[in-house]
Amino acid sequence: MTVEIESLLTHERSFWRRRRNVQGALTLLVGTSFLAACGSSSTPATSAPSATPTPVCTGTTANPGYTNGLPTVAGQATTLSGAGSTFVAPMMSVWTKAYATANSVQVAYQSVGSGAGIAQLQAETVDFGDSDAYMKDSDIALAKGGPVVQIPLVQAPVVVVYNLPGIASGLKFDGDTLGKIFSGGITTWDDPAIKALNPGITLPSTPIAVAHRSDGSGTTAIFTDFLTQTSPAWVTALGGSTTSVGKTVAWPVGIGGKGNDGVSAVVSQTAGGIGYVELDYAIAQHQTYADVKNKAGVFVEPCQQTAAAATVGITSYPSDLRVDIVNQSSNPQAYPITGLTWALVYQNQTKAATAAALVNFFSWVLTKGQDLTGSVNYTPLGPTLQALCIAQLKKITVNGTPVSP
Amino acid sequence: MSQLALGTPGLRNRSALRRRRAKSAVLIGVLIAAVVVAVGVLAWVLIYVAIQGAGALNLGFLTQTPPGNPAVAGGGFYNGIIGSLIIVGIATLIAIPLGVGAAIYLVEYGRGRLSATVRFFNDVLIGIPTIVTGAFIYAIWVTRFGFSGFAGSLALAIVMMPLVTRTTEEMLRLVPHELREGSLALGATRSQTVMRVCIPTALPGIITGAMLAVARAMGETAPILLTALGNDLFTEYNPAKRMSTLSLQIFDNAVTGFQEGQGRAWAGALTLIAIVLIFTLIARFFGRRVRTSNA
Amino acid sequence: MPPPADVGGGIAASAVRVPPLLFKRDRPRIADRIFGAGVSMMGAIVLVVIAAMIVFLVLEGLPAMQHYGFFSFVTSSRWTPSTAFPNVTHPNPYGILQFIYGTMLTSIIGMIIAVPLAVGAALVITEIAPQRIKGPLSALVDLLAAVPSVVYGFWGIFALIPAIKPVVDFLTTTLGTVPVIGIAFQGPFFGVSYFSAALVLAIMVLPIIAAVCREVFRSTPRNEKEAALALGATKWEMIRIAVLPRARSGIVGASLLGLGRALGETIAVTMVIGNAVLHINSSIFSQGATMSSVIANEFTEATEPFHLSALFVVGFWLLIVALVVNVLARLVARRGVAL
Repeated sequence: MTVEIESLLTHERSFWRRRRNVQGALTLLVGTSFLAACGSSSTPATSAPSATPTPVCTGTTANPGYTNGLPTVAGQATTLSGAGSTFVAPMMSVWTKAYATANSVQVAYQSVGSGAGIAQLQAETVDFGDSDAYMKDSDIALAKGGPVVQIPLVQAPVVVVYNLPGIASGLKFDGDTLGKIFSGGITTWDDPAIKALNPGITLPSTPIAVAHRSDGSGTTAIFTDFLTQTSPAWVTALGGSTTSVGKTVAWPVGIGGKGNDGVSAVVSQTAGGIGYVELDYAIAQHQTYADVKNKAGVFVEPCQQTAAAATVGITSYPSDLRVDIVNQSSNPQAYPITGLTWALVYQNQTKAATAAALVNFFSWVLTKGQDLTGSVNYTPLGPTLQALCIAQLKKITVNGTPVSP
Repeated sequence: MSQLALGTPGLRNRSALRRRRAKSAVLIGVLIAAVVVAVGVLAWVLIYVAIQGAGALNLGFLTQTPPGNPAVAGGGFYNGIIGSLIIVGIATLIAIPLGVGAAIYLVEYGRGRLSATVRFFNDVLIGIPTIVTGAFIYAIWVTRFGFSGFAGSLALAIVMMPLVTRTTEEMLRLVPHELREGSLALGATRSQTVMRVCIPTALPGIITGAMLAVARAMGETAPILLTALGNDLFTEYNPAKRMSTLSLQIFDNAVTGFQEGQGRAWAGALTLIAIVLIFTLIARFFGRRVRTSNA
Repeated sequence: MPPPADVGGGIAASAVRVPPLLFKRDRPRIADRIFGAGVSMMGAIVLVVIAAMIVFLVLEGLPAMQHYGFFSFVTSSRWTPSTAFPNVTHPNPYGILQFIYGTMLTSIIGMIIAVPLAVGAALVITEIAPQRIKGPLSALVDLLAAVPSVVYGFWGIFALIPAIKPVVDFLTTTLGTVPVIGIAFQGPFFGVSYFSAALVLAIMVLPIIAAVCREVFRSTPRNEKEAALALGATKWEMIRIAVLPRARSGIVGASLLGLGRALGETIAVTMVIGNAVLHINSSIFSQGATMSSVIANEFTEATEPFHLSALFVVGFWLLIVALVVNVLARLVARRGVAL
């Protein structure tokens, strides 16, 4: 099934990329494995800020093939329940279905939004949560079961989707223009600011229909983090930098959709719509999405490779792995609105069977699961981060003793 | 009445008569248009759902769970259908005895202000927003015991019970007094009369009411959202755990942008409407036969 | 119903002074008492449930009410959970005026559309339709009530909204430009809006109003109708003179019942209203939110300080409004016809 999906989506991708130049496949394979393997060096910028972006988005990244999983812990429960982010939902669905076939353990994941995932973990109504915005100390203080281990699982870009009949993917935006659009400063598509970034394209005078999340969302946290960093207009409209970023913000304009799926549905159904969703939602629904200007000044197309480039250059991570990777990399091929998603698990488990099942599942996700990311357009974790994640799993204890020493 | 006293038919008022008749015809036409709109919208909804859903509705839909990757076609809402059956089933087991008991109280035992108050507020309870019922069950049950199918059943039982009480009360009132008096004259106690004479006589009508309540419960989504929470991909048979219902699964898939997910949602909508309509039509058909035979 | 004659116990008590429990024939009497007590308790459950709802909603909403003050919720129309901090009590970030506005606006517009249609349909069914089609016709109108809410919402998004878009676009360009009242009709129209929700609500409450009106019209005394016709009234005049005046309070009661249902409708409204919770939007063609839609959307993930408690406050107000309208409806309708 995975192979069929992979080949189907590869064809999809090349169909939408047909306007771009295609370099030799060998060069690409070499180029991407260069990016993935060599951490610290950055390739010199090959294009001026407003020229055609570097065409790295063809082909798939190689499977990382991690083998450093923890040994299977015996006596695991046969079901687990989790809830949270819709950002990771397509990936989690593939993981849970594949895991159920391989190991006969049913992981029931409810895709209800990062905010709900955190709330349910705090209330201990689920075994694990998932959020694209890591739990702050104030969130952990409200968690009934004590300290929480936060483990990044996968990386993915948040793309800007739009619905303009006749206009293909690849409209260019920078952070400040996006900030003005999403705060209601720019209201029609033929606004001079948008035209200036896209000189060759005829834009209609359709009003812009902003779509945003109506629920507490890690995707919103990632997107508003980017807007806060790059758009003074956004920060002013939202009343300062403490309130302009987060899982919920006071959206001045727009239509609320529930979950990533809701936002992509609103954009699909509304002419002139613009929204922010995780990449797989946009690709699977054949939506057009934008190129965004990164820290190096290059307009980058979001894809697996450019999302991987967003963490190139980061050599050290905080010990609790609560790291912000949005718009941090100066790599010219980095897509700036890239985020991580964290699994949230209580450090001090009380039931041995649940603890064993959790450790086994996430060990699998961090090793074999990383090979399945390509099928749904997610990006596997880099080796440094992946090793740190495995180490986090070892912190989980049951009644004092570590589950997997 | 006095308005007409002045209008005497006669040769000079023939044109006035024609005007009045024309006005009447036009206004009756407007009224008929109203009913045509109402029935037309119903037809629009049913036909639209049927067309959208027929394509995706097949045996596989009714027996499989959704696929892992939401963008892939195929799969179905088996987990939602099972969840609906279990949750509504448990709710029915709670609501029917309680509802019938309350109706017995109102008809046979109640007297005075208390029973009038109970009857009044029973009707009021029918109109309470179901989201508030869900929030209530969250506050008293979910905060202590977590999300579960059983919590959903509790919420639906509150929705169903007043409906069962109302219809059962009507049916019990239709039982002829002679039957009651004859039973009591033969030495039966009041409870024996109720259980052995009144209820069996009214039983077809009671079943009608129960079926209507079940149809209403199957269509509810809001209370389930706050109590059972849903279980997207796997079938859960244990009501102590989170479950999905058909209505909730339709809601979750309807608001996604995935075409394949929406296709499954339409098939689900068609299934749900079919179940609800079948229950409703059988209940009404049944009920009408009962009413004409007892009247 | 008159109480049954106390035959057995009376004779036994007068003949021998033995405590009743010792007689086997009195066992059914005790069973009867227990049964009576049992069904009385079941009857009381309704009252207990309604009282418990009020109590528990208040209890859960108490933290937010104590922190921000009881009336600050209904005097503010800004809902910004992201600006809630545990030590800040003013201004209240959980203002619910816009939800009350959304609920009222969608319900009232829905009623304006539904009541004439429902009264018309009920009149046709009771007075105008030939005998043979009265039954099927009324069954069809009732069937509108059987369609689940989520199906109405789904149909609303994909069938209704595209169908009304041309009409609404026309209205925004004409009515929207009229001074003063034009503010309420301005575009751009993106489909999801107060107006779309009102249309869906109208369809959902129509069968309830029609069903009650049917009973009301059916109880018009026949001799009055026949007298009107005998004096030469046309069909419409007969309706206007004999049927409608008596039915006035019944129609009001039916409308209030429909209003009660419209106020509480959640899922269909959530799907077509656009979920804009920040503040009141002035145009009926813009997005909004209602009390029930905000609860449905934000309940399971309310992690900000006092967020969940504030949602219980919304639920509390919704319950109060629904109770008041439903009680009024029953009281008014009762005067029109014995329901």
